[in-house]
Amino acid sequence: MSDNSAVQAAYDQRWQRILDCVALKQPDRMPVAFFATFWLAKYGNISCKQLMYDYEKTREIAERAVLEFDPDTYSTLVLATASGRALEAIGFKQVQWPGHGVGDDQPYQYLDREYMKPEEYDDFIFDPTGYYLHTYLPRVATAFEGFEGLPKFPGLHYFRLVAGMRAFAKPSVRAALERVIKAAEEVERFSGHHLAFTERMTSLGYPCTSAVTAIAPYDFIADYFRGARGMMTDIYRRKEKVLELLDKCSVFLLKQAVATARSSGNPVIFIPVHWAPDAFMSDKQFREFWWPSCRKLLMGIIDAGLIPMPLWEADCTKRLEIIRDVPPGKCIYWFERTDMVKAFEVLGDVVALRGNLSPSMMTTGTPAQVDAAVKHLVDKVWAKGGKLILDTAFGLPDETPVENVRAMFDAARKYTG
Amino acid sequence: MNADEKQLVDWLADMNEEEALALAKRMLFDDGKDPLRVLELCRNAMDIVGKRFEEGEYFLPELVLAGEMLETIGALAKPLIKHAPGQEPKKLGRVLIGTVHGDLHDIGKNIVSFMLDINGFEVKDIGIDVPVARFIEEIDTYRPDVVALSGFLTLAFDSMKETIAVFEEKGVRDKLKIMIGGGQIDETVRAYTRADAFGVNAVEAVNLCKKWLGAAA
Repeated sequence: MSDNSAVQAAYDQRWQRILDCVALKQPDRMPVAFFATFWLAKYGNISCKQLMYDYEKTREIAERAVLEFDPDTYSTLVLATASGRALEAIGFKQVQWPGHGVGDDQPYQYLDREYMKPEEYDDFIFDPTGYYLHTYLPRVATAFEGFEGLPKFPGLHYFRLVAGMRAFAKPSVRAALERVIKAAEEVERFSGHHLAFTERMTSLGYPCTSAVTAIAPYDFIADYFRGARGMMTDIYRRKEKVLELLDKCSVFLLKQAVATARSSGNPVIFIPVHWAPDAFMSDKQFREFWWPSCRKLLMGIIDAGLIPMPLWEADCTKRLEIIRDVPPGKCIYWFERTDMVKAFEVLGDVVALRGNLSPSMMTTGTPAQVDAAVKHLVDKVWAKGGKLILDTAFGLPDETPVENVRAMFDAARKYTG
Repeated sequence: MNADEKQLVDWLADMNEEEALALAKRMLFDDGKDPLRVLELCRNAMDIVGKRFEEGEYFLPELVLAGEMLETIGALAKPLIKHAPGQEPKKLGRVLIGTVHGDLHDIGKNIVSFMLDINGFEVKDIGIDVPVARFIEEIDTYRPDVVALSGFLTLAFDSMKETIAVFEEKGVRDKLKIMIGGGQIDETVRAYTRADAFGVNAVEAVNLCKKWLGAAA
């Protein structure tokens, strides 16, 4: 076998393990995933800031890590970390990152704020694109400041359309457009490094399973528009508007996810789930506000021949019976703190499972404890027929000692071949 | 409790915001009701909300909405209160709360703060990304009974551990009860940080403080 065909075979074999799990077939061995963000800084002995700003160094460290741990699948190691220059270029206000609100050795953090006012629901629902251009984008990134002055496009026609173009001559609009073009050039460089890294990994035989992301409609509105407090009170104060916007979002979020996945050629769509946990809302609220629009998204992804992979954050034990309502053999459900044995009991005949070594154990425990935790999942889930992709609870916690990561991969090989 | 009073408690506890606020305004401004009595009714309603939370009927949206309703009524009632000297309501104890250094998250911390406040504790919230030295200064001047450390990220494990270790070094550890909370906090983290206890939600935080300060939970 030539080197090239050997690499291709290795790639196919790893990918097949994931696809077998999704299809609820028995793979030749339990796949193990490598999902990391700022843990790479620890591994490469550099600061979080360097990881965010030095494209080449980050790629080199990420490649070294993948080669050392030899996983069946890896995450977007460059895209999820080396965004410093791009964030700076667009003047992104929703995140604080090293040198911009947090220290050089701290990961970036999202700022939960009200980015959409309660009285703006109707504007967003009526014309999402207009709302983005005139209101949302200038609010969340400095590069777009000035877009408030763009013309209101709907309604422009004939000579009214010609005259409407005057807005582009405004100094504030011109300056904004120039900033956006400059920012886009940096984003293009950043994306280029991500794509080059992915191609390099493919050439070494490793598939990625989080290249494309999507978001549940409720989380989209709660996290990125209304903020936690706003959304939680909106479900009482403006319930009808929330439901209307959820419905609208489920359409464009689905279209965007499917289009991105198709252009990337990667069928797995990673959906980090924030507001589904048991503690965050009642069963009735979950069934009314959270699940219907998310299910619509999941079904749309499945109907497009793609694979949704929600990461159910925190503990979602009480939701298991509800989220079981998807066709069998189509999804990967990644759980963070939900008891995986319980998840297997309820969902084992419907979805592949992913996860979920505890963050506190990974960061403060010993290699022997990691080994025991892997064995527990192997014995109670994998050996009983669960289609488990072994991973940590939401990716490697940044502080995880390297020996605990080695213990995770060693134990997976030791117990499942 | 007369009919109006009972109605206010019920509407607040049942999340009927518009009706509850209109009634509270009428009681305060038209009926000349003692503002302290109105606030007491609010606390009665919150007891019901807390109980429903513990029983699994209510969740975060109800805690947050109840908090906002009480904030609104509190802002209306407080200027009307005329305290005779020595008549200020007695607090159950002092709680100093903050998100540990390196972590900017505050949703959980804010909910815990107002739940402690409306349950009769004096709360000083010193914000997010709080350096250890700031906690020490505040302990020296504010003299809290309980210190509550919040953190959402895994980096908070070490920040909490370091913060508590400095409390030990400075000799203030034994004068305090320390509770920790946040998305990733569990017994492993509690043991690692040497905190006295952890809580998984705001009502647990209130109950821990009540237990430590000898109030009926």
